[in-house]
Amino acid sequence: MVKVLAPGFYSTIQDLGRIGFQQYGVPYSGAMDMYSATLANLILANEANDAVIEMTMTGAKLQFHCDTCICVAGADMSPKLNEVSIQLHKSVKVTVGDVLSFGKLNKGFRTYLAVSGGFKTEEIMGSRSMYKGVTDVFQLIKNDELKIISNYSFSNDNNSLVKVDIKHFKTNDIEVFKGPEFDLLSANQQKFLLQNEFTISKENNRMAYQLSEPLENNLEPIITSAVLPGTVQLTPSGKLIVLMRDCQTTGGYPRVLQLKESAINVLAQKFTGKTIRFKLNSKY
Amino acid sequence: MAFKLTYKPLGERSILVEWPAIIDNEILNDIIQFKKVIERNKIKSIIELKSAYNSLLITYNFICRNFENEVLLLENLYKLVEPDSDRVSVLWKIPVCYDAMFGVDLEAISKEKKLSKESIIKRHSKAIYTVYFIGFLPGFLYLGGLDESLHVPRKSTPRLQIEKGAVAIGGNQTGVYPSASPGGWNIIGNSPIEFFNPKAEIPCFAKAGDCIVFQPITLSEYENIKGLVDAGVYQLESEGIHG
Repeated sequence: MVKVLAPGFYSTIQDLGRIGFQQYGVPYSGAMDMYSATLANLILANEANDAVIEMTMTGAKLQFHCDTCICVAGADMSPKLNEVSIQLHKSVKVTVGDVLSFGKLNKGFRTYLAVSGGFKTEEIMGSRSMYKGVTDVFQLIKNDELKIISNYSFSNDNNSLVKVDIKHFKTNDIEVFKGPEFDLLSANQQKFLLQNEFTISKENNRMAYQLSEPLENNLEPIITSAVLPGTVQLTPSGKLIVLMRDCQTTGGYPRVLQLKESAINVLAQKFTGKTIRFKLNSKY
Repeated sequence: MAFKLTYKPLGERSILVEWPAIIDNEILNDIIQFKKVIERNKIKSIIELKSAYNSLLITYNFICRNFENEVLLLENLYKLVEPDSDRVSVLWKIPVCYDAMFGVDLEAISKEKKLSKESIIKRHSKAIYTVYFIGFLPGFLYLGGLDESLHVPRKSTPRLQIEKGAVAIGGNQTGVYPSASPGGWNIIGNSPIEFFNPKAEIPCFAKAGDCIVFQPITLSEYENIKGLVDAGVYQLESEGIHG
């Protein structure tokens, strides 16, 4: 078991999401940055879909009540085990009583903690990803006790260095495809969308990232239709909204762009005030 | 009837199939039939079929390198769609309490529309609504069939919290909030039943193509039903109808 001594700013359990329930209006959810969450699991020789803790902006303080191996991946929040710094993207052995904590946010916005065998919290509709209205618990709070497999048999020889794609944190390019309504935009609107820099507004969360710069808009709303994580919607007032993992299943705003899956992961590590540029990928 | 469909990629693993951009029962039936043909063919790589008013999103468990192949396969499946004149759907009877305690916007609508509250309730509960699809919130039914005299614009400032079960009108649509949520619709009543149960094998009782009616109940009936729902023993009334 792992005890939450302090949850950090906003921490949830996530896996790769809830698949097959969109027709009931259930969001996909899942790790915002699936690249980093999967990396943490693979370094521990877990399944890619094993549940991890996603920590946003500031890290949690956690105490281990059994021996296991852990791996921290994603944003660099200065992870420490018993006050001693540990490396990201490495398998680290922990024993009963050890305390994992985090410090300064150096890079990125969301960090992931994987444990050997994954967190064994409540599974609903094939997923442990927390979402209000679907799971009973929707965010970690102080004194939560998270089940893990104790005495998990692990090999600790998996110490080879994993090469992490440096561009994942550095790039401001967000790779996109044309959305279903892209061609309804005027040539000028298309140019503005693809050539300007956009700033992430303070309205950014697991559901959506709003962008600060408006795009002059004269498009009518569409008949409510499917949206996905990574869909970029254009509101009547010209606001651009990039939908993220907890987004609704359908929407009525024109869908002007669709992020490449890897671009959703890149955007998930950015926060208020950071700038991005959409880079059109013409080939699917 | 065969419609002219368009196929567009949406993301790297979904294909968006679109029917003409209108809200129409024939289109709904065609979407349901196409969905059934795809389901019958049990294509393992398809992990999600999500329909809306005039669209069907088909999601695969792999990144499509070649959309043309998948589209070709879908076009061939669409040819197998047959008109289903004998379709049986379910009519669900949804109890709704229109008491002023819940229907906080009834008074305002009554003034604006110059209709008595009784008349609004009568018109709202007389219609048979068609379920077009589920979206917006888990278990939120998009319904068609609201009496034109009850079309009321959304509130200019949405409420921060609309209660679970709230029955509301937004523009030309009516619906029930399956969980508490911010929202801009005008609230006229509340239903004590559950529209979404994450722990049930099938989390929603209704599906696209079903019909629903709202049955007015008193405050005390509301409390009774609520008690039965909370105890997990309430049986929602329904009957089969030929669509």
